[in-house]
Amino acid sequence: MAFIKIKRPELSLSDKLYIPAIFKGLWLTFKHAVKSVRGKSIGSKDLASSGLGITMQYPEQKWDEHLPEYYRGVPALVTDEQDRERCVSCQLCEFICPPKAIKIIPGEIPSDDEWAKVEKRPKEFEIDMTRCIYCGMCEEVCPEQAIYLRQDYAVTGLTREEMVNDKKRLYEIGGKRVGLVNKWNELK
Amino acid sequence: MEITFLAISAIKIFVFTFVITLPMIAYSTYAERRVSAILQDRVGPNRVGIPLTLFGGKKDWKFFGLLQPLADGLKGLLKEDFTPAHVRKNYYWIAPALTAVPAFVTVCVIPFGSEITIFGETVKLVIADIGIGPLFIFAIASLSVYGITIAGWASNSKYPFLGGVRACAQMISYEIALGLSIVPVLMVFGMLNLSDIVNEQAINGWLIFPAWGEGLTNPDTGNFNLGRWLLVIPLLISFFIFTVSIFAETNRMPFDLPECETELVGGYHTEYSSMKFALFFMGEYAAMIVGSALIVTVFFGGWSLGFGLDAKWLMDEAGNWKAYAGLVHLGAFLTKVVAFIVFFVWVRWTVPRFRYDQLMKLGWVVFFELALVNIFLTAGIMWWLAR
Repeated sequence: MAFIKIKRPELSLSDKLYIPAIFKGLWLTFKHAVKSVRGKSIGSKDLASSGLGITMQYPEQKWDEHLPEYYRGVPALVTDEQDRERCVSCQLCEFICPPKAIKIIPGEIPSDDEWAKVEKRPKEFEIDMTRCIYCGMCEEVCPEQAIYLRQDYAVTGLTREEMVNDKKRLYEIGGKRVGLVNKWNELK
Repeated sequence: MEITFLAISAIKIFVFTFVITLPMIAYSTYAERRVSAILQDRVGPNRVGIPLTLFGGKKDWKFFGLLQPLADGLKGLLKEDFTPAHVRKNYYWIAPALTAVPAFVTVCVIPFGSEITIFGETVKLVIADIGIGPLFIFAIASLSVYGITIAGWASNSKYPFLGGVRACAQMISYEIALGLSIVPVLMVFGMLNLSDIVNEQAINGWLIFPAWGEGLTNPDTGNFNLGRWLLVIPLLISFFIFTVSIFAETNRMPFDLPECETELVGGYHTEYSSMKFALFFMGEYAAMIVGSALIVTVFFGGWSLGFGLDAKWLMDEAGNWKAYAGLVHLGAFLTKVVAFIVFFVWVRWTVPRFRYDQLMKLGWVVFFELALVNIFLTAGIMWWLAR
C-alpha cells in the first residue's frame, strides 16, 4: 500500500491574519441581504418567492402549480372509463403497505352484475392517513392500476376517525382514470 | 434638593431601564431573527400581530410580526418552570439572576443624552454621573461570569458543566484585553467620566473620526491638527480589540463556545426552562446592548450628532444646551446603538465559531500583547506630540 504524503497548504499572511476573510464574509452576507430584501435572491423566481428571500408564504401562496408529475400525495382509488371500480381487492397493497395503513374487506360481485366476470371488488377499503407514509408502494404493486397517489398534501382532521379515508371518500378523491388496463372490457 | 434628586433619579432609573433598555432587549431578539433571516434569504417571524379576526374583524393586523417579542415573553411566563431533581437548588436558582442583574446595573453609567430642562430643572440624561464610568462597567460586567459558571456547575450535568468551564476561562481571558484596550482611550481623554468624555467628543470630534473641532484646527497653532489624526491609528487598534473583546464577553457568535448548540446542546443553560432560561437570554442581550452602548459612547461620540452640528443646532449663544437638546441626543444615541446591534447580528450570522484553542490563543497571545503594545504606541505618539 502506497503512502501518499499530503502537504498542508501554505497559508499566506492575509490567510493567517484571518481579518480579510472576515470582511469577505461580511460582504458576502451583505450582498445576500440586499438581494433578499429586493426579492432578487438566487433561485427566488424558480421557487416562486414571496418577495423576501426565497421563501414562499404558505397558506397565502401554494406550491400546487410547481408540484412535479411524480409528486406523491394522498393515495386514492380510481374508476375506469366505464365507471367500473378498478380494484379487485387482491389485497396486495394491504400486504405491502409498510405502516399497515390500508384495510380491505373483499366482497364478491353478484352474478347478475354487469361486471360479474371480475368476481371481486372491495366491500370496504380504508386508508388511515395518520399512518400513511406516502411511500407509493401501493401504487407500484397494484396489478390493476386501481390505486394512485394524488397531488393533495394538506390532510387535516380534528379526530383520528376523520383522518381515515373510507371507500366512498377514496373514489371521490381518485375520480376517473382512463386507459392502460383493458382486460375486463370489450375493447380488448 | 434631596427629594427632587431622589425623585429625578427614580424617574431616570425607570425610564432608562424599563422604558428603553427592556424593550430594546425584546426587540433585539426580534431583530436578530429578522436580520439573520434576511442574511440567509429567509423571511423570519412576520406573522404575530393583532388577531382582529378573533374579535370579528375582517383581516388580522400583522405589523411585520412586530409583536413577536410579546408572544415570546408570554410563552416564557406560561411554560412549565422545570427544576431537574439532580441540580444544586440554591445555586441553580441564583444563577440566572446573577447573569441578568450585572448587565442591567451597568446601564446606570451610560449617558443616554446630554441634558434636558424641565420646569427650570436641568436634568442630565444619565442615571449615575460618576467619575469612574468605564471602570464601573468592567467591575460589574465581569460579575456576570459568576452567573454562567455557577449555572454550569449547579446544573450538575456534563454539557452545562463544560459550558460553564469554557465561559469562565473565556471571559477571564478577554477581560484583560478589554481592560487594556481602553487604556489608550483614557490616556487621550485624560478622564473617566463618560458624560464628560462624550461632551468632549461632541465639541472636538469623535474619538476615531475627529473630522471637526480640534481634529481640524489645533487649539495651540490654529493649523490642521495632524497629530490628532496620527492618534487615530492606535485608537483604531484599540477600537478593534475592544469590539472583539465585547463580542467575547457577551458570548456572541464567533466566541459562543459556552453555548455552542452544535456540540454542547445548549451549554450552561441546557437544564434551564421557561423564565429562568429567558433571564439568561435577557442577560445576554442586555450585555450586548450595554456593550454596543459602551463602544458608541467611547469611540463614536455617544449621543453627539457629530460634524459640529451639536454646537450649531442645539446650543444657545451662551454655550448651554437648549431645553430639548437631550431628546435629540437621546435619539442620536439610540440610533447609533441600534446600528451597532445590527452589526453584532450581522457578524454572528457571518463568522463561524472558533475552535477552543484558537480562541484562547487569540485572547492570550494576540490581543493581550497587541493591547499592551498599543498602550506604548499611544504613549509614544502623545509624548512626541507634546514635545
